[in-house]
Amino acid sequence: MTTTDDRTGAAPEPTGPLSTIDYSERIPNNVNLNEDRRLQRALEGWQPKFLDWWRDLGPQLPTENVYLRTAIAVGRDGWAHFDHVPMEEYRWGIFLAEQDPDKTISFGKHKGEPVWQEVPGEHRADLMRLIVIQGDTEPASVEQQRVLGATAPSIYDMRNLFQVNVEEGRHLWAMVYLLHAYFGREGRQEAEQLLKRNSGDLDAPRILGAFNEETTDWLQFFMFTYFTDRDGKYQLGTLKESAFDPLGRTCEFMLKEEAHHMFVGTTGVQRTVERTAEVMKAKGGPARFEDGVIPLQVIQQYLNFQFSVSMDLFGSEQSTNAGNYYSSGLKGRWQETRRKDDHVLLDDTRTMRHVVDGQIVEKEVPMLSALNLDLRDEYVADCENGVRRWNQELEDAGLEERLVLPHEGFNRKVGTYAAHRISPDGRVLSEDEWAASVDEWLPSEESRRAVADLMVPEYEYGKFAAWIAPPKTGINDQPVEFDYVHLAEEGLA
Amino acid sequence: MTAVRDEEQTEQGADGSTGAASGAEVPVVDFATSPDRYRHWTLEIDGEVATVTLTVDEAGGLVPGYELKMNSYDLGVDIELYDLTQRLRFEHPEVKAVVMTGGLERMFCAGANIRMLARSSHTWKVNFCKFTNETRNGIEDATAHGQTWIAALNGTAAGGGYEMALACEEIILLDDGSSTVSLPEVPLLGVLPGTGGLTRVVDKRHVRKDRADLFATKSEGYRGETAVEWGLVDATYPMREWEERVAGHAAAAVARSTRSGERGVELIPLEVSVEDGTIRYPYLEARTSETGRSVDITVVGPDQAAPQDAAAALAQGVDYWPMALARALDDLVLRLRTNEPDLGTWVFRTRGESDLVLGYDEQLRDGGHWYLEEVRAYLARVLKRLDVTSRSLISVIEPGSCLVGVLLEVSLACDRQYMLDGVYEDVDPDATPAALTLTASNDGTYPMGNGLSRLASRFWGQEDQLESARQHLGEPVEAVAAEEVGLVTMALDDIDFEDELRIVLEERASLSPDALTGMEANHRFVGPETVETKIFGRLTAWQNWIFNRPNASGPDGALRRYGSGQRGSYDHRRV
Repeated sequence: MTTTDDRTGAAPEPTGPLSTIDYSERIPNNVNLNEDRRLQRALEGWQPKFLDWWRDLGPQLPTENVYLRTAIAVGRDGWAHFDHVPMEEYRWGIFLAEQDPDKTISFGKHKGEPVWQEVPGEHRADLMRLIVIQGDTEPASVEQQRVLGATAPSIYDMRNLFQVNVEEGRHLWAMVYLLHAYFGREGRQEAEQLLKRNSGDLDAPRILGAFNEETTDWLQFFMFTYFTDRDGKYQLGTLKESAFDPLGRTCEFMLKEEAHHMFVGTTGVQRTVERTAEVMKAKGGPARFEDGVIPLQVIQQYLNFQFSVSMDLFGSEQSTNAGNYYSSGLKGRWQETRRKDDHVLLDDTRTMRHVVDGQIVEKEVPMLSALNLDLRDEYVADCENGVRRWNQELEDAGLEERLVLPHEGFNRKVGTYAAHRISPDGRVLSEDEWAASVDEWLPSEESRRAVADLMVPEYEYGKFAAWIAPPKTGINDQPVEFDYVHLAEEGLA
Repeated sequence: MTAVRDEEQTEQGADGSTGAASGAEVPVVDFATSPDRYRHWTLEIDGEVATVTLTVDEAGGLVPGYELKMNSYDLGVDIELYDLTQRLRFEHPEVKAVVMTGGLERMFCAGANIRMLARSSHTWKVNFCKFTNETRNGIEDATAHGQTWIAALNGTAAGGGYEMALACEEIILLDDGSSTVSLPEVPLLGVLPGTGGLTRVVDKRHVRKDRADLFATKSEGYRGETAVEWGLVDATYPMREWEERVAGHAAAAVARSTRSGERGVELIPLEVSVEDGTIRYPYLEARTSETGRSVDITVVGPDQAAPQDAAAALAQGVDYWPMALARALDDLVLRLRTNEPDLGTWVFRTRGESDLVLGYDEQLRDGGHWYLEEVRAYLARVLKRLDVTSRSLISVIEPGSCLVGVLLEVSLACDRQYMLDGVYEDVDPDATPAALTLTASNDGTYPMGNGLSRLASRFWGQEDQLESARQHLGEPVEAVAAEEVGLVTMALDDIDFEDELRIVLEERASLSPDALTGMEANHRFVGPETVETKIFGRLTAWQNWIFNRPNASGPDGALRRYGSGQRGSYDHRRV
């Protein structure tokens, strides 16, 4: 399929020696891919492996085509194109935000110097590691979510799932492009490893723990896109500031797509809460699984779980690496340029909480050592917004109950709280107290099973499973009942 | 040594500038421990295979002020490892293969804790490295005695973690697409992998030098496939085959072993008392002199004849004289090195019956039983500790000495030997003049790190003198003859002896301790280079120079800045 856009025009005609696959045609891009034969060859070697991976570990449900958004440019308007596309023919493109020729580094010891267009040898290892870790998470979530199509509560939701999946695939492409274009042979080897490690694989698991957990049901998927993808958003936000300009521009554009993933999570949980609130209002009491909806307490438990494991993804509150990355200009802070300080932070301090003698107390720490915490605080503030939105549904239904974010120390396996047991309301607990209450706070096997039992597929256009409310509007101004996904014959069986 | 990777946490601020340099924070280190007190290691025995598992207690640092994240280690962790190696050899003689593995997921060991290193004084760092080096050599010595160590790296082994693996006979790395072996000291910290890393990669594992260069400058290291191809590890297996394959390597090592042993000897706590500057063990006593900045050490000979056979020796357990002496001397050397850096001269004397020593000396040399062989190997290791001790070692030989065979090795390990010619007329005119007796044990039973006997090292390049010394095997040699043969530095009569000795010690104490350490280390190791001599000589010397350079330890140096969020800033002039 040739993509044309009024602003950018058709994809450029291929030049150079003929290859069996026409990459400049098949990979929409704004990096002049057709002018770089070396890079073309490298990507030519990688693409079949990616497609194999997509076929083996991408969405399991057979589909004919899906109404998908494809990135075709990077401008503010008209950057995406919507159409029904067979997923395996999705045009995973390579897009970097527009280059600013006068851009300078905005923080760290190189502040004020021009941004780098090539990788400085000094920072090669660190930059590659950052890119590999980011890149490893992208295909991981596709793998985690591959079975969800079979229990989609609607065709609309199924389309959103697949949109998230193909865009995670594109984000993998974005990272692979950087590895291929800037990191030589080792970069290519790392790019291959990104496909060799697989989520939950005993022999070759994904790098970060949260990406090896199975996504068992749609509520978890929504919580994942809300909380865990939001971690991704914040990580991308720090990489967007990178002195290594191609990385910064790549991440800047990825953030644009990430917004849709957040949207899927926010509205997914919201619609779940809406439906539960409806039942609670009608009954004048708590909603139960027997009512065909997910009880509010279970939604809170899912929230507690996903929030706490996502908090772990920020790493230790105090981190040597984060400080090094910052000072070296590799990774900035969220909204770096809007911060009103010297952007070097050598003498700054901040407070952090930790547990001393069974009490959570504050202490002063050097700012440079606490940048993970700085980012995590921004993240938590953002998470609060979604919770407020979900609570609006409860308030609208005239209910007293509310959802809340648990304490930052609750259920943590990384960082200063890892060695302690903290209740959702922030009390330091003994091991016995924790054991006595943990099933109230985190989803038990039993409640996960009960949620899974509710997950019956609804493939009729415009219909929705009983546990979730329909959205207010459809995608790209299409109606809610639009034929977003055409299932393959075998998929309907 | 080194490198804590990701997310290492700081508790004490980021300047890394204070710390153990001020003596107040340095504890008096006790090297005694036992499995029921281990905080970091576990030992499991299954027939002829032992598994030792490293799961470092993060809060279990020897000195306050750092957390042992990601299985990183400090001296306390290594003291337990040393204890393990000793117990495996004496308490579990039946064990023929030792599998060393990690108790964390994805991280075998991140190496020596950097925050600990950055906070430590130079002296502490050097002592720590020396002890860890000796422990790693001890692991190789175990393998040489049929107890083969196998590193089963079930996660990344970085820096000192990989160096620990390098001491093992085989290295197996998990093939999971993430786990690597690495030596990140040069690129991350501006120092060397100083516990044998650089040396063993090229000298033991025969990795090509250009690849070794790539390896030691690439902080993230290499995964299984490349690591196998280059020889950095021996094999790599995926998780699903892991346990079976590791067991296979262990079984093969068991099958190769010619070791035979049963009914171990329990290493019950060593008897030691410390009072008024005197440290006392059975058969060993050390009196410290702050004013003379010296220690007088007296080795006491056996009080009864050697047991009639190996079974009787085994029955005596740790009370078997050579064993008791080895344990005491081992502990004393470690204590004095770590806790008494100001006492720069150690003066050795012996006291006892030469005839009795001779019986034990022969028994050990003849061996033929696991316990005798292990005691002999242990004595050899303890004597090697003396060789690499950065103190001036002086041997004083007076009437009542019992310098025979293995005990004569202590004297030969010293930098100088002073022997009284005759007796102290004013003290005991009827005493028997001191004599020393070379035995076959002095001709190769207790080799130094350079692979030579102390006797051959003494007469390096002087074959005729070595031969003439050998002519005296088995016969007591008195002072004048000993001087003539070259076994002592000076033979003096009692008119001169005391005064001469006082002046020698005072003069020694006035010289630069740094220059003395360098000079002694150069003189002690003649002849061929071995992995051991390269580690204690070349690698350690360069490392200790680098430790002292501003590029590592200056306020902007890489080691000091580690954890501050800033990288080292270097003076780029080559020196």
